Amino acid sequence: MTPARKKRLALIGLMLAGIAVGLTFALKALDENIMFFFTPTEVAEGKAPRNKLFRLGGMVVEGSISRPGDGLTAQFDLTDSGKQVTVRYTGILPDLFREGQGIIANGEVGDDGIFVAQEVLAKHDENYMPPEVAEAMQKAKEAAAATTTN
Amino acid sequence: MYLWFNKLGSPPHFYRIAGKWLPWLSAVFALLLITGLYGGLVYAPTDYQQGESFRIIYIHVPAAWMSLFVYVVMAFCGVVIIVWRMKLAEVVLISSAPIGASFTFLALATGSLWGKPMWGTWWVWDARLTSELILLFLYLGVIGLHSAIDDKRIASRAVAILAIVGVVNIPIIHYSVEWWNSLHQGPTVTKFDKPSIDMRMLIPLLIMALSFQIYYVIALFQSSRAELLRRERNSKWVAELSGGN
Repeated sequence: MTPARKKRLALIGLMLAGIAVGLTFALKALDENIMFFFTPTEVAEGKAPRNKLFRLGGMVVEGSISRPGDGLTAQFDLTDSGKQVTVRYTGILPDLFREGQGIIANGEVGDDGIFVAQEVLAKHDENYMPPEVAEAMQKAKEAAAATTTN
Repeated sequence: MYLWFNKLGSPPHFYRIAGKWLPWLSAVFALLLITGLYGGLVYAPTDYQQGESFRIIYIHVPAAWMSLFVYVVMAFCGVVIIVWRMKLAEVVLISSAPIGASFTFLALATGSLWGKPMWGTWWVWDARLTSELILLFLYLGVIGLHSAIDDKRIASRAVAILAIVGVVNIPIIHYSVEWWNSLHQGPTVTKFDKPSIDMRMLIPLLIMALSFQIYYVIALFQSSRAELLRRERNSKWVAELSGGN
């Protein structure tokens, strides 16, 4: 490689390194704004904004879904396998909404400590499998749970 | 190796070789596309959670992969342009931009169609979606900058810098779902772990990805050949090609 080319290559390397470092700091500073949602644990620790809309993400706790009142309102608990937050939502829930499903709710915490959602989005996981495989895995999990409790 | 590279880099040689390869590539592409679509739409079982709707993955994911890949190719060409001043790299870079932009648009559009029934929304400003949108703007920026400068050799150097700078967005797109909480789920195939997708679903996906890759090469060859003729219209080899004068 000629010296001129070497110099140009080194300049590109320097430029890229500089941009990467700068961007890393910028993104670090913006970390909280890029976070799409807060987890129930973060809410319990007081990291979530107060009196302001924010998104709450977590799994719907099994058996926690109830429909008080008019039937359009749903109330359920969200967990991140640490803390739990109760969510109330009036409206049409997405198709994927069910117990054990990852959910992101947009809203704010009311005076009674219940998170009042204005919008509920379903988060699906990165696993793709046919229903019979999912069923078999569920059965295996239950069998394993049964043996450990016995 | 170096000699071969040099030879391929010469415009008339590239023009000839690319022309020779095109029919073969088209045949392979058609074959893979038909196999992949059949595999994805008919052979692959339905998903336990998303039912039939998950089948949009066979367009969405290959398009998203290609949107990243094409950009990396462009950035690589950018380095070659700045360091070695190679003419063919200039042509490949600018010919890739509209193709990459199309892949990015396709990924965004299919993702939006997928998001409405599954997530319950067409669009959210989460890290993955936003960084992919920035990628689309980078592509459009490259196209715009190139057409704004009349002298194409100077234009190429300008877009080379833009392409190199923009490449920092690529790891951000890929890792966005791991670094930050996002609505978009984590990687299924492109991770060190075993892919968390059933084999019968994965194979058509990989076939589709390969067919998209070959489609890119076909589109790239075609538009590079056209761009070469445009840029070298006053050279001897183009005159000979068109039968004198």
